[in-house]
Parts: sequence; C-alpha cells; structure tokens
Amino acid sequence: MAEATTRAKRKNPILRTPLPTLPPGARSRVALGLTAAAARGALELQVCRDCAAVQYPPREVCRDCLSSRLLWRPHNGEGELVAETVLHAAQELYFRERLPWRIGVVRLDDGANLVVYVHESVRGTPCRIRVEAALDRAGEAVLLAVPPHGSTDLSADPKLREMTCDPRRRKILVTDGKSAIGQAVVRALADAGAEMIWVGEAEPWKKIAGSAKLREVPQATVVPLDVTDSASVRELAGEIGGKVDILVNTADCHRTSAIGARGALNAAQLEMDVNYFGLLRLAKEFAPLLKARAADGPANAIAWVNVLSIFALSNYPPHGTYSASKAAALSLSQALRGDLYAAGVRLINLFPGPVDDEWDQLELPPKLSPNALANALVAALRGSMEDVYPGEVAQDWLARHRENAKALERELSEGNR
Amino acid sequence: MTRAAKKRQNKATSKKALKKTAPSSNDCLRGRLQALVASPALRLVDLTQTLSPDFPPIVLPPEMGQSRPFRMEQISRYDENGPAWYWNNVSFGEHTGTHFDAPIHWISGRDLPNNSVDALPLEHFVAPACVIDCSAQAADNADFLLTAGHVAAWETRHGRIPAASWVLMRTDWSKRGDPVAYQNLDETGQHTPGPDPDCVRFLVNERDVLGFGTETIGTDAGQAAHFKPPYPCHTYMHGASKYGLQCLCNLDLLPPTGALIVAAPLKILDGSGSPLRVFALVPSGRG
Repeated sequence: MAEATTRAKRKNPILRTPLPTLPPGARSRVALGLTAAAARGALELQVCRDCAAVQYPPREVCRDCLSSRLLWRPHNGEGELVAETVLHAAQELYFRERLPWRIGVVRLDDGANLVVYVHESVRGTPCRIRVEAALDRAGEAVLLAVPPHGSTDLSADPKLREMTCDPRRRKILVTDGKSAIGQAVVRALADAGAEMIWVGEAEPWKKIAGSAKLREVPQATVVPLDVTDSASVRELAGEIGGKVDILVNTADCHRTSAIGARGALNAAQLEMDVNYFGLLRLAKEFAPLLKARAADGPANAIAWVNVLSIFALSNYPPHGTYSASKAAALSLSQALRGDLYAAGVRLINLFPGPVDDEWDQLELPPKLSPNALANALVAALRGSMEDVYPGEVAQDWLARHRENAKALERELSEGNR
Repeated sequence: MTRAAKKRQNKATSKKALKKTAPSSNDCLRGRLQALVASPALRLVDLTQTLSPDFPPIVLPPEMGQSRPFRMEQISRYDENGPAWYWNNVSFGEHTGTHFDAPIHWISGRDLPNNSVDALPLEHFVAPACVIDCSAQAADNADFLLTAGHVAAWETRHGRIPAASWVLMRTDWSKRGDPVAYQNLDETGQHTPGPDPDCVRFLVNERDVLGFGTETIGTDAGQAAHFKPPYPCHTYMHGASKYGLQCLCNLDLLPPTGALIVAAPLKILDGSGSPLRVFALVPSGRG
C-alpha cells in the first residue's frame, strides 16, 4: 500500500500523449522586470523615485506624478485580497484545459492593486494575504495570493503546482553520483519523495567513498553514464530518456588551474569536455525526450537542473579554466532554457560559491556543504524559480555583479575574493 | 634538431630503407609470401583489443596530466552532413588500448637517438616472440611477479631467448572482460601482474630483447610504483632503446616460440607511442 501513496498512477498506453500548451507569454520589456526578480524567487515592484508610489502593472511613467524615474525594488507583498472570482470559460488553450481557475484582486498595503492567482488555502474576501511572485510554465512572472504567515506549499494547490517542479513522485536522472554533491543530491531527492532516481556513474573502475551507501537508497538505481562519451549518453537516453521527468546535471570537472600553469590546456579540455560538451551531449539526447513528455499527465517531464558555479558570472583567476568552462555552460544553458520553455519544461541553474570539497580545499570559508547545496536544489524545485545562488559567497558575488560587473571583474583579478 | 629537419631526415632514411630492402624484380619471392599468408601453413592471430570508449585507460591521480580515453564523434552517416559517406572523428592519448611504448616515453630513454615512434627502424616492426605462460600464477595472485628464475626455467624447456625478440608475458588478463576486474584497483592502487626488477635487468642485459609485452595496462606490474627502481620495466627497457607493448590479447593462441609479431606504431612526429594493430604469424603445427 505504501507504493500506492508514493507512485503516480500509471499511464494508459493506448491514449495519445497530450501536447503541452503554454500560458500567454507575451510581456513588454518593462514587464520583464517582474520576471527577472521572480527568476531569483523574489517579488519586486517598481517604485517611483520622486513620489515613492508603488506601481502595478509595470509601466514607463509613475501613475501618480508621471515621473519616469521608476526603480525595481523588493516588496514584502503584504496586502488584502479584496475580490475574487472563478474563471469558467477561457479562449486561451492553457486555461481552457485547466478550468475552473481562481483569480483575485489584491490591494497592497502601500496602495497598488494587483491581479493575482489565489492559492487554495486562501478563503473568503476580504482577508489578509501575502503576494508572491512565481514563474508559470512559459517562464513568465505571475503573482500569487498566499496566506500571510509561514511558507506556503504551492504543490498543495492542484493549479499552482504547475508553477513548481516538485520532485515528489517524480522520476529523476542525476547524471553523476560519484561526487559528494551528486550523492547529497540523490539523498535529498529521495527524502523529498522522488519515485525513482537513476544515478549516473562514469569510470566504474574508480571506486569512491559513499558508493555503497548510495546503493542503499531505495529509489536509486545506478546506471552507466559518462557525459564525455556521446555513445554512453545516447545509450542511456535510449534506455530511460522516455521516462525521465527531471534531469539533474551534477556532472562536473573541476581542476584548479591558473591559465598560465603547465598543463592548463589539458585541464581546460577536461573541464570543457564535462562541463560544456557534457551538457551539450545531454541536451542533444535528452531535451527532445523531455519536451515530448511535457504534458504527459501528472507525472510529466517538468525540469532540467544544472549545477553551475558562481565563477560562471565572473572569472575567478585561481580557478581560471574552471570558471571559463562554467561560463560556457551558463551560455549554453540559456539556449537550452529557451528550447525547453517552448514545451513548458523549466531549466534551473544553481550558482554555488566554493564548495567544501577537495577542489576548493584552499578556499577560505564560508564554503557551501554538499548537503546545503542539495537542499537548495530541492527547495528550488519545490518553489518557483530558475536561478539559484545558494550560500553567502554566491549571494555576495551576485549582489556585486548586479551592482557593477566590471568592479567585480577587477576585484577578482586583484585577488580580492 | 628542428621539426622540419627531422621530417626531412625521416624522409631520407625511409627512401634509403626502401632501396635497400625492395627486391629489384623478385616476383617469385612476393608470390611465395602471398601464398604463405593464404595457406594453412601459416596462422594469423590478432593480438589487438578493440578501441572503444569503454576500454579503460591508465589511472593516475586526478591532479596529474591525464591520457584521454578513446572517444568517437560522428562526422556524417549518409545524412545532410555527408550524403553518401560515413566517417568519424576519433580522439585518444598515445597510450590507449593495445599500444606501443617507444624509448622516449620514459625519462631514462629521453636522450637516446631515434627514440620516438616516427624514428624507429622499420625492421623492428616485424620480430619473433617468446611467450612466457604465467596464466596459472596470475590467476592465483593478481600481484604475481615474473622473476629471472621463471625466465631461466622457461629457457630450459624452450631454449635461449634470441636477441632482438619480443618477450610476451601471458597472464590471460585480457580475458577479464569487465573493466573493473581488468583495472583491479583498490585503495592501494592497481593489482596486476608484471616483471620484477631483476627479471627486466636480465632480459635487457643478458638477452638484449627487442621489448616486453603484457596483457595488462602497462608493461610494469600494478604496484611497480613501489619497486626499486619504480617502474623497472619502463626504466630499464626504454633506457636501453627497448620497446613496450601492452593491453595485448590472445597470447594464449601463440606458441612459446616460433611466432613472428607485426607491431608497427603510427608514425607520429616525436610520438611517445601509439595504439596499433598487433598480429602474429604462426607457422602451423606450433602453439
């Protein structure tokens, strides 16, 4: 009976697999400011620099004083649900397939009125709520009214579950289970209720610590996968690609080469072969299969996760070749993200700072533990975001990068981490 | 010597060799050779493992330079990238799969003349082989070491090892199809059979062999890093202009003596070794 509660209902093989439909995705350039914040899991609204009025919907000039000096600022989302209605008819195919759909109007405490999706646990109007930003299946920002206190499980709402990539009851491929991060990710996904986890292992003759323990995880099945070998990726995609709901790419090669070091070219080629070409090989074989199953019932293909590095944002010279390979992977992931979103499959990038492993041995703390990284990964899947910067160092670099990318480049090249 | 000068020299020597060895009009000899290869009097044995992405390369600590394993990316297969043809780009380290080690591979052979694969004399690529069967001992003990005593015992039965011949150590290690068993690594490193330092000194100094060949990854034993000197087979053989062959297979199909080995590495400028097709010509009735 335990099985019945953890496993999604099996698919009827004589029925046609539905094609994915997407919520309307057109946004003005200024409205993409909402999306930029939601991608990081944040709610930001425009605030007038001259009269402090909060703006919604996003616009070019202030609704009160017509000033054009509107700045995107984090918002606490506190307000009141003043009206709600249930949509029973829709011309848009995405909504038509999901009717009825609850929408409401929120008046924020600082005055702006918003149109929102209403979480199932919010009942009665008027009532106090908190507004959160989320990403819909097209990757665009939407606003949700959730209960004012505590954290809300979006998956508990059958409609808003679409905004998440909750790993519960999902079939997941973790591309490398030999690293400390890979193993922590497998354990975290198992604890989060994944139905099945395929764990890739390259070079089986190199035995590693934790390998036996990994095999004790009941949902885990170790499969041969070497992302540097096109044939190996193709073979695994043929075997399980039609079943994978979430692909988590933990395959990573990290050498600590300054670019002028003897052997830097060899190290760089190794890193590129795993971090960049490996992602390309996975994308070529698995992305079309994920897209084909993007609307395959409740256990559909839903997400792709890359473990990148904060070094992808700006080169960290002591790890110069590694930084470059992760920057290449970041660029490639943008192309892949666009491709996957066409079918409603989300791509999530994680940008951890130095990790507490052998390749970051000489980095000073704070360092991110593999478990903390794995937990951030699961939280990102459960929530609704596509760019995750776990840990203090990543947050600090992100803030410095957003404020002044050139300054960060200079600081890092001068050894000022 | 500059690379260009070296190329020119190679060209000159190969022309000279051609003049010296090519019979002026010996159709008769050619006909006899051709007939011999086709006849049941001669058996051909392939001693080469298939180059594939799954064949394990040598394992070194990850911070060291790494030899690339065999990889293959398709260029076209009768498709828009090449409508009527199929071909691939392949990449690998010089020491991948069944491969040849030239003297320049080791520091002991670095200053010897003609020590890279492009400069080796052609006549060394066809040579007799003595096959020492250690399969029973290797089955009992993965760290089995071939000693000078074992070689002496072999010689009492099969005769003295002729100069300029290959000595091939048969262990049946190539029959380990599972790469994990083939590598046989644990936390103390690799455990595979090989020669001990005395044995190598004997083969080099007393028998003047052409080289030493094994079925394992490396002509040295898996634990040879801890020998005195470390890696004796590489150190002594290459220091004396001798060669290595490793990852061989089918040595069990060879007679103890009488087989002729064809082992010609790729002609790579300044190359330290190369994957190659190794095969044996075995007169019928032997082996």
